[in-house]
Amino acid sequence: MELTRRQTLTIGSGTFAFAALAGLPAFASLTDDAVAAMTNGAELIDGGIDITAPEIAENGNTVPIAVSAPGAVEIALFASGNPTPAVATFKFGPLSGSRSGSTRIRLAKTQDVVAIAKMEDGTFRQASATVKVTIGGCGG
Amino acid sequence: MASGVKPRVKVPKKATAGDVITIKTLISHKMESGQRKDGDGNLVPRSIINRFTADFNGQNVIDVLIEPAVSTNPFFEFEAVVPEAGEFQFAWYDDDGTVYETGKKIAIG
Repeated sequence: MELTRRQTLTIGSGTFAFAALAGLPAFASLTDDAVAAMTNGAELIDGGIDITAPEIAENGNTVPIAVSAPGAVEIALFASGNPTPAVATFKFGPLSGSRSGSTRIRLAKTQDVVAIAKMEDGTFRQASATVKVTIGGCGG
Repeated sequence: MASGVKPRVKVPKKATAGDVITIKTLISHKMESGQRKDGDGNLVPRSIINRFTADFNGQNVIDVLIEPAVSTNPFFEFEAVVPEAGEFQFAWYDDDGTVYETGKKIAIG
């Protein structure tokens, strides 16, 4: 098949538009606001923090989540698809054995769970995990 | 809700000085999120535990701020350093102002 100049242009711009859409952050702006309130707009660095969450949660009422970030003073969890994104904030004291914690949370629907760690040097690290939820956990 | 709240804590009885131990805590609590509706369609008011702290001999181990997205019967697992023999103090702060407290002694051996 021979492409005309017009066809080539159409295909090209279509691909570009798709790439731009896919590049958008997957989570809602409510979460962005909550994160910005914590970081004061500081840059978020990927890595240096681990989040452990199940790939599929059958019951959104209790989803086990574990976070760990060596060198963190504070780790906050956000659920991007919940009515209110904030979940819990762990603050570590002088006798904390490791900068980690785990808990069970409620997830309303399939969504990304985001963990933000405030490090000792004042930088912020982030990690996220997608959890598929079969039955939502916020009541109706 | 202030009835039937029972904290449960799992701490090893013994540790070597300087050891890192794992602590598991659970407290029975409804954690009413304020999003749910009752049979008549009225919103059930929020009633949760909003803060949990663990201290050892007066020094803080962990301090957790809790939002309604934490499950019923909130469970926490974390690690602590044990520099000497002493007692862990755990406290849960309810929305209604009640503080549920419990302690666990640990020996060095």
